[in-house]
Amino acid sequence: MIQVKFFAQVRELVGESALSLPADYPDAEALRAALAARGDKWALALGADNLLVAVNQVLVGLDTPLKDGDEVAFFPPVTGG
Amino acid sequence: MTAPSVADLIRVQESDFDLAAEYARLAGLSGTGALVSFVGQVRDCNQGEAVEGLFLEHYPGMTERAMADLVAEARGRWPLTGVTLIHRVGALKLGEQIVLVLVASGHRGEAFAACEFLMDTLKSRVPFWKRERRGDGQSHWLAARDSDAQAAARWQEKPEL
Repeated sequence: MIQVKFFAQVRELVGESALSLPADYPDAEALRAALAARGDKWALALGADNLLVAVNQVLVGLDTPLKDGDEVAFFPPVTGG
Repeated sequence: MTAPSVADLIRVQESDFDLAAEYARLAGLSGTGALVSFVGQVRDCNQGEAVEGLFLEHYPGMTERAMADLVAEARGRWPLTGVTLIHRVGALKLGEQIVLVLVASGHRGEAFAACEFLMDTLKSRVPFWKRERRGDGQSHWLAARDSDAQAAARWQEKPEL
């Protein structure tokens, strides 16, 4: 299984903060595309050019391979400080 | 994730922080000849709109880890005697403190540079998000600014000051 988390605008748009899914996705882009196909709000939340992805709490590119047990998070550009 | 130096303090918290107490801790570290501090606070207006306050969301776990990585990176670039990095989350009112970057080193050059580096990179690499409450009762997520991305990028172009 993989744990998927959403934050900020992405979390609000999809209406979920976390999901547990089978580890059926070769990389983060495959997971993103599958989630974006769930509906209009999912497509809007996960289709942005500036979407960020973290795998196991480290910022990575969407081509990062996924494996069983990974934690994947999708979120907008950060605005702390 | 790099284990932080014992002289470093990295915290994410809802409660306020005490600049004087944090300053005293770093001032007491051996070898310290310079201290530079930065405090960010909630501004009363943003792009011409009156602001009532902020709500700060974060990614628990990754936030602390990303902050520790930045401190480790700063230590790799400059000789520092101690670093304190505190960022608040949750609901914050006007004028409340949001973030503290406090850097101690032997001489001022390293302390100024490391403080600026930590603040610039924190704004583009640590998972915090601000939601702003405006005077008209509306609230909305703040957009990332190009100027912040540029501020962070300059540390990649010029690794040494």
